[in-house]
Amino acid sequence: MTYEMKIDSREETNRTDDMAQGVLGTDSARPDGILKATGAATYAAEPHPEGMLHGFLRRAPRIGQVRCPNLDEVRGMAGVRLVLRDARMVRNAAQGMANEAPVQGVDEAEYAGQPIALVVADSFEQARHAAQRLKVEIDGRDAPVDPQAVTPEEPDDKQTAQGDLDAAMRDAAVTVDAVYTTPSMNSAAMEPHAALAEWDGEQLTLRGALQMLKFNRNELADSVGLDPEKVRLLAPYVGGGFGSKLGISADCVAAALAAMELGQPVRVVQHRRNVFEVNTRRSETRQHIRLAADSEGRLTGLGHETLVSNLPQESFAEPVLQASHFAYAAANRRLKMQVARINRPAAGSVRAPGEAVGVTAFEVAMDELAAAAGVDPVELRLRNIPDTDPESGKPFSSHRLREALTKGAERFGWADRPAAPRQRREGEWWIGTGMAAAFRVNMIIEAEARIRLTGEGATVETDMTDIGTGSYAILQLIAAELLGLPQDQVTVSLGDTAHPPGSGSGGSVGAASTGTAVWLAGMELRRQIAARLGCDETDLTLKDGAVVQGNTRQSLGDVLAGAALTGHGHVHPGEASEKVRQATFGAHFAEVAVSDVTGEVRMRRMQGTFAAGRILNLRTARSQCHGGMIWGIGMALTEALTHDRRDGHVVNRDLAEYHVPVNADVPKLDVQFLEELDPWAGPMQAKGIGELGICGAGGAILNAIHHACGARLRDFPATPDRVLAALDALSA
Amino acid sequence: MNVTITVNGQRHALDLDPRVTLLDALRDHIGLTGSKKGCDHGQCGACTVLVEGRRINACLSLAVMHDGEAVTTVEGLAEGGPSPLQQAFVDHDGMQCGYCTPGQICSATAMLDELRAGWPSHVSADLEGAVELSHDELSERMSGNLCRCSCYPGINAAITEVNQRTGDEKEAAQ
Repeated sequence: MTYEMKIDSREETNRTDDMAQGVLGTDSARPDGILKATGAATYAAEPHPEGMLHGFLRRAPRIGQVRCPNLDEVRGMAGVRLVLRDARMVRNAAQGMANEAPVQGVDEAEYAGQPIALVVADSFEQARHAAQRLKVEIDGRDAPVDPQAVTPEEPDDKQTAQGDLDAAMRDAAVTVDAVYTTPSMNSAAMEPHAALAEWDGEQLTLRGALQMLKFNRNELADSVGLDPEKVRLLAPYVGGGFGSKLGISADCVAAALAAMELGQPVRVVQHRRNVFEVNTRRSETRQHIRLAADSEGRLTGLGHETLVSNLPQESFAEPVLQASHFAYAAANRRLKMQVARINRPAAGSVRAPGEAVGVTAFEVAMDELAAAAGVDPVELRLRNIPDTDPESGKPFSSHRLREALTKGAERFGWADRPAAPRQRREGEWWIGTGMAAAFRVNMIIEAEARIRLTGEGATVETDMTDIGTGSYAILQLIAAELLGLPQDQVTVSLGDTAHPPGSGSGGSVGAASTGTAVWLAGMELRRQIAARLGCDETDLTLKDGAVVQGNTRQSLGDVLAGAALTGHGHVHPGEASEKVRQATFGAHFAEVAVSDVTGEVRMRRMQGTFAAGRILNLRTARSQCHGGMIWGIGMALTEALTHDRRDGHVVNRDLAEYHVPVNADVPKLDVQFLEELDPWAGPMQAKGIGELGICGAGGAILNAIHHACGARLRDFPATPDRVLAALDALSA
Repeated sequence: MNVTITVNGQRHALDLDPRVTLLDALRDHIGLTGSKKGCDHGQCGACTVLVEGRRINACLSLAVMHDGEAVTTVEGLAEGGPSPLQQAFVDHDGMQCGYCTPGQICSATAMLDELRAGWPSHVSADLEGAVELSHDELSERMSGNLCRCSCYPGINAAITEVNQRTGDEKEAAQ
């Protein structure tokens, strides 16, 4: 039986809090943790079926028409089984939720680094060697790779304006008018993209490093020309995604084609250097921000105009303005999006697409406004919180920015801060603090899940993935809570398209979408149990494997009497998203030290206060926020993909040159959650938490740099050369 | 080439292409996939294993260079039940996706031995004598192991707890 629900209206009953097990929302270990800690969790490339062959992708060194003049020579090399140059191979990974094949082809390289052949051999070493021996000749063509050097597109549906911003700027007591830039960035998940494909003549089974299986199945089927029913994807463990594994990737399609041609299992693992170019990057952004305010810092106008880039035929445009629509009140507004069509590697979603860079830059502009108006930065934000969505007038589903700002400030000790910059010095180090608000849109997408219940316990089944986010943990807790079972009696089986289609992991939708599907499945089972007892579901108390109804108490096993029940949950997004503006909110605080000798910035401490509806598992939610905040450190201080000016290829395409934060870059972090139940977020009143922590975090750090040493950095990241130049400019 | 390597106490006689790294020998030829391949360049530390008790990046070393040597992997640390570090990583959520975790745990295991042996690090104020595992010492010594999920707070809490507990046990024994 299926319990189906569309999220159309406010949740009034709050049945979740009527449950008796008391595990949901606790500080709880992830059930997959011990498997990961002991090496027993198996990722995409790790099973080793009999007869498995190894594929290695060869890529185009430049943009232009591709020729491979020595194919026959390579085909004759030791161990080589196949050199695949197939028009169905994909140019770059599909965009999130594309649900169809991405751009395909191997004859024309549209960016430097595009895969143009797969070499399959008996061993990995043979395949790699043969792939390196394959000659790739390029009939080069001129292609634009500088986003500033082309006339950009202006998509009609991404331009909005209210009132007259120019007039507001002219009449304002205080203004900010500045340009901020963020560079291309990479997800750099620890597990390189990998696929292991098996073909039995009818059915394609592929283990992949993928985030959203129900979409990925259709993308792969469409790419190779199979009915989706003939494709099964498995991804029980995924070594991080952060957007880079949202869509079907080059390794999956190439491995599938090779397995179908050879009739043997084929494994393709993307080389780390491929990962940086063949999958999607976060677009660089140029952001022109204008703020107009009265003398007390109340905004009368705001403008946010941005330029991002992508390859031809890619629909994705980094949604930089996403939070600017609702973050702050101002009567006169202009939001403008431009997209440069250039031939850098494809851009796509990276953790918190839009807000990660948009909120971060905007919060630096707000800091500049606070300084110009002589208003404390926390107070400035408090004065500009809108009562309703500033563009549409719709109510917010729930809005906790005020509490996040005030409680975060209290916890951090913000009140002790001197208002002026350059007030604290320790040797060569200037010490300062900064803050930023955090905003992230919240979404729910369609999801299904099934729970099988016997007297022995429950099994949750969905094709949902756990990319480190804690899906195993929260889905176990939800089922345990609804069914009144100890956690160890609930098994969670994920990452298999043979299970009901969940939401997949992306856009922070997993917990609220698939979690709600599991909740509905659990509620459906409660109804079935009640029906067996001839009572209403609301009359049941389920706890520790016991069923209490009125004055009777029985074990669940006795009530089921050997029967196995199945509950199926199915959630759809509904009118709620039309009726209200829904988002998550938070506040970041940072303390830094800036060396005026070397320009180095060292993090001293960070505090994050977040509101994301019901927190389903305190421990995994906290880890998500740590992760987001540390990504903010990377964005603020070290991370930048550098594109070659001639052909756009990524110069620093490995982990030695692309600097993700390491342990020594990270100070002590403090995270607190605000109590919140968002009544528009379905029966659990929970929202996504995986991305909020990054939104604005880097802005707090750049603002702290300004407070420390007086240097205003507007280009991310604040590397020592830039900090020194800004310090020099101050004394000039 | 013929090579004999003892992995987690078990002897493996292998005939390997000389290009096979120690990491690929473990993963593809011995079937121990706990050690991870994150970059194949010695940049991320996901492949960290213990060779003769010392931590190395298994991806930067050819298998044939280890003839006659003893290797311990994350699976070996779990023999007879999870090691204190393995359990502490679970308790403190020192992992998210789990892909860097085996490397972190092998690295931390060896790091604590280095600490007890009095090895200084780049941030040690004094090159001689005992080293306190401060936040700076710990994060410096663990910075060869990247974690993109950024679980450093949990990783550090786990290592600190085990180090403390080991210290307490030693004290009690004395």
